Amino acid sequence: MLESLTQAVIQGVLLGGYYAIIAAGLSLMVGVVRFINLAHGDIAVLGALLTITLVQVMGLPVLWAIVLMLPAMAVLGWVMHALLFERAMKGGFLLPILVTIGLGAALQNSMFGIWGSNTRSLGADIGSLSWSSWFLPGGIIIGKLPVIIFVTAVLVIGALHLMLKKTKLGRAIRATASDPEAAEMCGIDANKSHRAAAAIAVALAALAGVFLAMRGQITPYSGPAQLIFAFEAVVIGGLGSLWGTLIGGIILGLSQSLGGLISAQASLLSGHLVFVAVLMWRIYRDWSVGQGGLRAALKARFALPPTQTGERT
Amino acid sequence: MKRYELAGNSATDQRIIWAGALILIALLALPIFGSALVVDKLTLLMVYVILAVMWNLLAGYAGLVSVGQQAFIGFGGYLVLRLVEMGTPPFVAIGLGGLLVIVLAWPLSWFALRLKAAEFAVAMWVLAEAIRSIVMFDPLVQGETGRSLVTLNAVDPDVRRTTVYLMAVVVAAAAMVISYKLLRGQIGGESRAIRDDEEAARSVGVSTMRVKRTIFLISAVGCALAGTIWLASAITYQPRTAFGINWTVFMLFMVLVGGLGSYLGPVVGAVLLFLLQEIFGDFGAWYLAGVGVLAIVFAIFAPTGIVGLVSKRLGIEPMSIGHRIKLVSD
Repeated sequence: MLESLTQAVIQGVLLGGYYAIIAAGLSLMVGVVRFINLAHGDIAVLGALLTITLVQVMGLPVLWAIVLMLPAMAVLGWVMHALLFERAMKGGFLLPILVTIGLGAALQNSMFGIWGSNTRSLGADIGSLSWSSWFLPGGIIIGKLPVIIFVTAVLVIGALHLMLKKTKLGRAIRATASDPEAAEMCGIDANKSHRAAAAIAVALAALAGVFLAMRGQITPYSGPAQLIFAFEAVVIGGLGSLWGTLIGGIILGLSQSLGGLISAQASLLSGHLVFVAVLMWRIYRDWSVGQGGLRAALKARFALPPTQTGERT
Repeated sequence: MKRYELAGNSATDQRIIWAGALILIALLALPIFGSALVVDKLTLLMVYVILAVMWNLLAGYAGLVSVGQQAFIGFGGYLVLRLVEMGTPPFVAIGLGGLLVIVLAWPLSWFALRLKAAEFAVAMWVLAEAIRSIVMFDPLVQGETGRSLVTLNAVDPDVRRTTVYLMAVVVAAAAMVISYKLLRGQIGGESRAIRDDEEAARSVGVSTMRVKRTIFLISAVGCALAGTIWLASAITYQPRTAFGINWTVFMLFMVLVGGLGSYLGPVVGAVLLFLLQEIFGDFGAWYLAGVGVLAIVFAIFAPTGIVGLVSKRLGIEPMSIGHRIKLVSD
């Protein structure tokens, strides 16, 4: 019992690494561009399918395929932002949702048209990596691939953090995020920094998609589920915080793998329930701030209504 | 001194209302002479009209953009399965299942309506997925395989087809009449105030939660009825289809292309989607991809949709839910 619990915790944390990578791009877009791309998961699947084609049809080594694919996807992200997202953002919060849901439908079904409905995987192309593991005392087994994915997640988020803090581009992105007009006045091209952020986000999604295809199987319609996981990780970790996204990913991975101890069906559900619980807690917290803090709110709710006519402080 | 009075409907609107009444009569009489194929197709069109009107009510008037209305479509279908299993006559179950969705929508509204704009949109999607996972715990659904409404299959096909069709026409007509009355009444003005500026609406005394909840619940029931009627014509209930994101893509397409926030827009959009499906439906995935692309094109180049473009040309929106006033000089 304890053994399977430990195993589930370790696997959950490592799974969180994958969620952190797919969520990092979404988090960046939400945090600095204030844009939710509902096709984020479909872009991940597109990256994976392109890599699979480069490897299985063109015969490239996996690493080379990734090295070729990532910049191409970044360019795609840049172009998509310049052509679609920028225009959509002018229409409040409504148009981005409509445009990216439409984009998702277009991507899923075109990928189905091109690649067909077969499930595909990179598992067979990465040799022993897909199954080799470390055996720890106590019967704990840790897969090498999940560890690599987790380490990549930490590196990616660390690098993003450093980029935002230290580089010129990062400063420009942050300045645009906090006050686009003031940033413009200081000579920063807001559109340019948004496009750069979109390029990074799309490349990260594609990287996550490759890992997804290494871990298991994908189909052209795997994207929406990935978007939901990414969104859950972003919200659990707190909107717009990159390290929070890593923590959110880990919490999501943990709740799924612990739920998986009950049954396979309970795995996804427990992830969704943790997400709902976090949102509810946040709503309650915000509401209680309006009532003078959590304790005051509880008091006001359960104590007798105040009868004195004095001013409320 | 100048005084203003409410004017009645314009001549154009009167004509549209009369045309609508005639179309309704024609639709109700159709099963007498229409072929089975035509009746089946028009049932689907009615389902589209219901869905589009409901989504427009949410997004176009109350500013509640939901990408998770499939939660109610799928849950309504599940309720029908359950009710039929408990021995309810199938046609009663189709209506009752739609209404009972309120049991789910009421507690959800408490939670979901407190979320901010975009967060609400995606959270609804996650909720739809969560409800699908919960429904799939029920052995009755048989997991991914799904289950057929066997008792409905036992009914004479012609009787079944005609009954389901008439239910669809009645619900679609009710959806249009109720939303018209609702939007021209107090709640219509209040909801538009919320859509345009929620803070400001609250500051002038609009109970934003009550208005949003009313519209949310109506739309949930409407979507659920569309779902149960669709299930009655499709017979087989599969959780992945019933809770599929494609429903949202369709709703969004119809409302956006027809004209978001206009009264006639969703109907125009529903007819257009129906025609596109008739003409290009054989292309399967590429047809669906085209629907997505067309939605993007309209969102970016014509966000007011077809009705918006027409209104601009005419100078006035046909069947606007706003009130006309006329100048009365003493």
